[in-house]
Amino acid sequence: MRSFSRILLCLTLLVALTLPAAAADLRQELVKQSTLEQVLQRGVLRVGMSTFVPWAMKDKSGELIGFEIDVASRLAQDLGVKVEFVPTKWSGIIPALLTGKFDVIIGGMGILPERNLKVNFTIPYDHSGMSLVASKKLAAGFSALADFNREDVVVVARIGTTGVKAVQKYLPRATLRQFDDEAQAVQELLNGRAHAFVTSKPKPTFLALQHPDRLFLPLPDTFTREPIGFALRKGDVDTLNFFDNWIRVVEDEGWLQERRDYWFGSQQWESRVK
Amino acid sequence: MLPRPPSKAGQWLGVAKFILLVLALAWLVLQGAGAQGYHWQWYRIPRYLFSFSEAGFVPGPLLQGVVVTLRIVGASLVVALAVGLLVALMRLSGSLVAPALARLYLELVRNTPLLIQIFFIYFVLAPMLGIGRFASAVLALGLFEGAYASEIIRAGIVSVPRGQWEAAYSSGLGLWATYRRVVLPQAVRRVVPPLTSQAVSLVKDSALVSTIAIYDLTMQGQVIVAETFLTFETWFTVAAIYLVITVSLSAVVKFLEGRLAIPG
Repeated sequence: MRSFSRILLCLTLLVALTLPAAAADLRQELVKQSTLEQVLQRGVLRVGMSTFVPWAMKDKSGELIGFEIDVASRLAQDLGVKVEFVPTKWSGIIPALLTGKFDVIIGGMGILPERNLKVNFTIPYDHSGMSLVASKKLAAGFSALADFNREDVVVVARIGTTGVKAVQKYLPRATLRQFDDEAQAVQELLNGRAHAFVTSKPKPTFLALQHPDRLFLPLPDTFTREPIGFALRKGDVDTLNFFDNWIRVVEDEGWLQERRDYWFGSQQWESRVK
Repeated sequence: MLPRPPSKAGQWLGVAKFILLVLALAWLVLQGAGAQGYHWQWYRIPRYLFSFSEAGFVPGPLLQGVVVTLRIVGASLVVALAVGLLVALMRLSGSLVAPALARLYLELVRNTPLLIQIFFIYFVLAPMLGIGRFASAVLALGLFEGAYASEIIRAGIVSVPRGQWEAAYSSGLGLWATYRRVVLPQAVRRVVPPLTSQAVSLVKDSALVSTIAIYDLTMQGQVIVAETFLTFETWFTVAAIYLVITVSLSAVVKFLEGRLAIPG
């Protein structure tokens, strides 16, 4: 019996001594496996995005420009690596991140609880809001959200965007019709088959300016406010911490505000696209 | 020289080989997804097929999508067969204009992508004609599959021996009576198998109408993926439903073929 308790004591001591070591090993393993470490080793930061004017779009020479492009380029520069953009259809962007097609989504992605169940989000580096642009023919005289909340009103939005969520929440009675691409949603509106298109600001404003004869802005401002964050895979605390603090740094520098003013507050960049 | 049919034991061996191969493939797919660190949540899928409430059985979005898909496929099939028969007869007619028109339509439809045809009909033609989304989808699919169907029907008509035509004419039948009573009944039996595979293609091609916001099976799948991010689970389920639809279609046709067969 005594020998048995001695063995037990030895075993307990052995376990007690090796546990911290195992935890340290595990920590090192996590650090080694983190996206951040892999990006540094590869020398390339792969960024998933989808075209949304003016977050990300092609200029006259076919180069990507926009608010997100500036943010991702600066992030890569501060990491000391090159940046590679991976354009992805919006509806498939989260699965592409989960299966490792790129390291992070920097694409004006709104922080939603449903999305957060599958990916981790950084602190917000911007805020966006939904607004709507309406057809002059079908929605003549509409001037409030309540005017659109009727069964006979058709509202279009892009599949998988926060626009869909906004319609379900604020316009539950309206008929929602979803398209995979912005171009098709806009065409539906221009053809007079839908009353309004719900999407993030400032797109509705641009559309109304482009087609003043057929479209107008029924609401003076956005009707939602949502935080925008980088999305990354779950279980990677190092990368998340780096991104969060990078956002704090460039925010305090004033650099983020200056970029926002350039892309969202002015039309100076229009000449680069047209 | 046809290969010899296998012996009884050989047949069983064949079946065993087949099952092993299928299992190996399934294992590979699951391994691949697992290796990427995908977190499977199959338990979240059934509610999108159907659920039970106080009112009883409630079809979920996927089953509602199946209904829309079946309606589109049914209507397009009628359009495709009508267009196919008409174009086949136009190509075989003796006039100068009809075959040329039929050729133009065939080449246009067979050499451009279906997706672009759907967009063209919905965004360009439909506003002019004043037709809705459902009609645009049926028109696009019917015209597309009709082009292929017409070639199949034409081949079936041409394959009826000359002697049949001569016999019909010499017994005093006119052109239409010959087609209706002698040639087409024989041609139909020959074209049923290739037309079935065209109908299966139609079922699969109908997935493209989701691009014009018709809530068919594929569109419902896209919406579920967008809301829940159950990417692989949803698409595997949708693919399995398409498989069930096409296999049952083939089985129904097989049964009809047996009923149609000329005895002897």
